[in-house]
Amino acid sequence: MNDRAPVRGLRALELDPSVVGIGCALLGVAVYFELASDGVFLTPRNLSNLAIQSSVVGIMAAGMVLVIGSRQIDLAVGSIVGVTGMTAAVMQVEWLPADAAWGWPLASASALAVGVAIGLWQGYWIAFRGVPAFIVTLAGLLIFRGLAYLWTDGRTVAPLHPAFERLGGGIDGSIGAGWSSLLGLAAVLVLAAATWRRRRHRQQHGIPARPPWAEFVRLAAATAGIAGFVAVMNAYTLPRSEVPRGIPIPVLFLLGTALSVHLLASRTRLGRHAFALGSNPEATLLAGVRVRRVTLRVFALMGGLAGLAGVLTSARLGAGASSMGTLAELSVIAAAVIGGTSLRGGSGSVAGALLGAVFMQSLENGMVLLGVSSALRQVCIGLVLLLAVWIDSATRARRQP
Amino acid sequence: MSNEPLVEMRGIDKRFGGVHAVEGADLDLAAGEVVGVLGHNGAGKSTLMRALSGAEPCDGGTIRIAGERVRIDSPLRARELGVETLYQQLALVDELDAVGNLFLGRELRSRFGWLDEDAMEAAARDVLTRLNPRFHQLREPVRRLSGGQRSAIAIARAVAFEARVLILDEPTAALGPGEKQLVAEVIEALRCEGMGILLVSHDLHDVMDVATRVVVMRGGHIVGGGPTAEWTHDQIVRLIVGGDLHHQGETET
Repeated sequence: MNDRAPVRGLRALELDPSVVGIGCALLGVAVYFELASDGVFLTPRNLSNLAIQSSVVGIMAAGMVLVIGSRQIDLAVGSIVGVTGMTAAVMQVEWLPADAAWGWPLASASALAVGVAIGLWQGYWIAFRGVPAFIVTLAGLLIFRGLAYLWTDGRTVAPLHPAFERLGGGIDGSIGAGWSSLLGLAAVLVLAAATWRRRRHRQQHGIPARPPWAEFVRLAAATAGIAGFVAVMNAYTLPRSEVPRGIPIPVLFLLGTALSVHLLASRTRLGRHAFALGSNPEATLLAGVRVRRVTLRVFALMGGLAGLAGVLTSARLGAGASSMGTLAELSVIAAAVIGGTSLRGGSGSVAGALLGAVFMQSLENGMVLLGVSSALRQVCIGLVLLLAVWIDSATRARRQP
Repeated sequence: MSNEPLVEMRGIDKRFGGVHAVEGADLDLAAGEVVGVLGHNGAGKSTLMRALSGAEPCDGGTIRIAGERVRIDSPLRARELGVETLYQQLALVDELDAVGNLFLGRELRSRFGWLDEDAMEAAARDVLTRLNPRFHQLREPVRRLSGGQRSAIAIARAVAFEARVLILDEPTAALGPGEKQLVAEVIEALRCEGMGILLVSHDLHDVMDVATRVVVMRGGHIVGGGPTAEWTHDQIVRLIVGGDLHHQGETET
């Protein structure tokens, strides 16, 4: 083993290699676009937009980590966005009284419920009827896109409630500088407290903890990241004013989702069993895991997250349109895989998927800034996906003895 | 130890399509007993064991555990009833570490349902270092571990949860000499603690060394058996191959 001091040091930090990889790639792309766009890419305005654009894909990519991690696939997430976005729109515009304050929250909750129900439907066919996920969700892609269209005969449903549209992150769709700073501070404090608790817990069980300097470096890096993010979001002001916007609401949903799914994946039985199932389905069954229930729950979660993405998409659009989320499944799967989720199942990282979503969106966003045509953008993103997965599988093979 | 058998299997049937893999098999196992289940490949011994471990529930027949009639329809149910199995291929999850594999399906949780990784790691270290004092790789994915370390994890999982019945399905097939010795020691220790052990093998030597009783299967039926001490090697071989000793005997053991 190579045990020079820097190597030992890096190992003590316990960084996930695939997250470091995607992080470096993201940094490279950002520097390139910043130079090529003459300093437009890294302005607060563009970064705020980038964060909002990444939200929908990022939220679904977090769920996709568990789906792919359990050696399944969900090709229907884009169509679920369409149907659930339509649910949110049609309910508040046509079914519920327009002036009711509870209209849009109820419509949003219903959209989430529809997403979960679709997830359960797909999970049922996969887990209890033995139809491969590829086929079930390919059917779902067609079924739910078709239903989204049939619902209103393709007619776009608008206008939506102004309070609902804030969820999409428009002009009023941010939480302001005060709340943003407070939230950032709270995040740092919670992180520090969690680190402290974890150390104490490990010591109680006689398990060696990280060296204190490694804890400190990790915590310092996280603090710098949070502070930088809040500062950038606060630097983007409302039009013709000095009033900072702060963190956009959809980005809050993204961060909340990523944190929740990360905890679910790494600290609960469901997450543990999902990855075990992806790594070795037979051994997981023999160990006494209720594997069908695990699959059902993973797809229900994925459906729910696609429902949330549907709500945010229609809120951002300010309307319900049956084409919402078209082809989103590709970006979502790409984000998860670029972020280090193994297509053979068994491992994956929500943090990586989050960075993967930002990476995919950065390519799109940056090329738009440079005036690259949409056809050429597709070619580039396709090539990058191919390259990224090749690099990942090549280095993964090397990491294994 | 009570006289009531720990496990009573009666008239167990299992078909795969048109093939009767096991037909009308009866098997008893008492506490503190090591029963060797012998037979050719395809004689039905693994199938009979998989009916008890829940891996492949039987089509007919009854199973009683400690006198109580039970329906074992999944590995989960078998483990709940105190039946643990050590599989030939070890049945480990490569991407999980030793701790994750040891506790897979019965993870320890703290308040609010979070996995209690530290408690599991501490318990895993206890169990594994008792089996192998040099076992320190608790947090490596098991795909990076050696065959000996992997079998230590599988053995630990089979014995760590205070099971009443232990099924060892060809336990020595994947093991080196050192681990074979370890398995023999573990079997003896567990037998003394009053566990009932079923040892499936086609290797007569392995079984004769540790079993208190043998049962021989051929063509899906149980064709005989009895206390190990009362049988000679040749008698058992004859039973396994079905009388035609001179034709097939040399190829067996």
